[in-house]
Amino acid sequence: MAIRKAKDVAVGEELPGRTVHVERATLVQYAGASLDRNPIHWDERFAKSVGLPDVIAHGMFTMGSVVGVVSDWAGDAGRVVEYGVRFTKPVVVPYEGGADIEVAAVVKKLDQETRRAAVELTVTCDGVKVLGRALAVVALD
Amino acid sequence: MAVNADFQGRTYPPTPPYAVGRAKIREFAEAVGASDPVHVDPSVATGRGYADVIAPPTFAVLIAQQCDAQLIRDPEAGIDYSRVVHGEQRFAHHRPITAGDEVVGVLTVDSVKEAGGHAMVTTRSELATTGGEPLCTATSTIVIRGGE
Repeated sequence: MAIRKAKDVAVGEELPGRTVHVERATLVQYAGASLDRNPIHWDERFAKSVGLPDVIAHGMFTMGSVVGVVSDWAGDAGRVVEYGVRFTKPVVVPYEGGADIEVAAVVKKLDQETRRAAVELTVTCDGVKVLGRALAVVALD
Repeated sequence: MAVNADFQGRTYPPTPPYAVGRAKIREFAEAVGASDPVHVDPSVATGRGYADVIAPPTFAVLIAQQCDAQLIRDPEAGIDYSRVVHGEQRFAHHRPITAGDEVVGVLTVDSVKEAGGHAMVTTRSELATTGGEPLCTATSTIVIRGGE
């Protein structure tokens, strides 16, 4: 995998998008790996008892899984030097069928001198934006 | 119980060192579907100039959460964890977190605000190696929903 070069990038360039499929099992796996074991992410009865419609994905799962679009485009995950999001809506994960998170990304800014690109991510579930101000800065070659 | 505004500006002592291991990086990468071999294959990582396999961009949350726990578990802070929602998260990486790093975090409470019956707390965790090399600045805003 080659590292992407700044000279080959233009503002407005769209990155290859993807769909991230989430099941309850995905969330249990993330809970174990991240040590965030809050039961709202795996226990339907508990989630509903605190007023949620159903089990919801960890915001950090969504943030962590969608950035793969940027890492893979850059050619090296270590080139993602800044990354920030706002969690605007929860991703509800039903027992049957799970949920699909749709990811699109576009280059918003590019500095040829520092070879840094700012990539904006648009992340939706069921047509609703689940992340706001999702921006990653990539150090290109 | 309201969040204690006196905590704004407070800085905590460094957390005990967190030893970053290859197995945890692999486990985290698999959990977020990160397919870059740089997370699991040391020869790929060293080929790109890293000392060992590197963590995915949001792995730092694991250590930052341990920093935040100092505040959240402090009864004086008045944070009801069952009412906490994650509002915002940001990472600025100085270099990728790498297997073999021993990481300490210093937590600062940047702001405590009340608005519309909710409280918003923004924290900053400065992660560095035990040798003092800066790794990551992780900024988190949590919202503590007000009672009915």
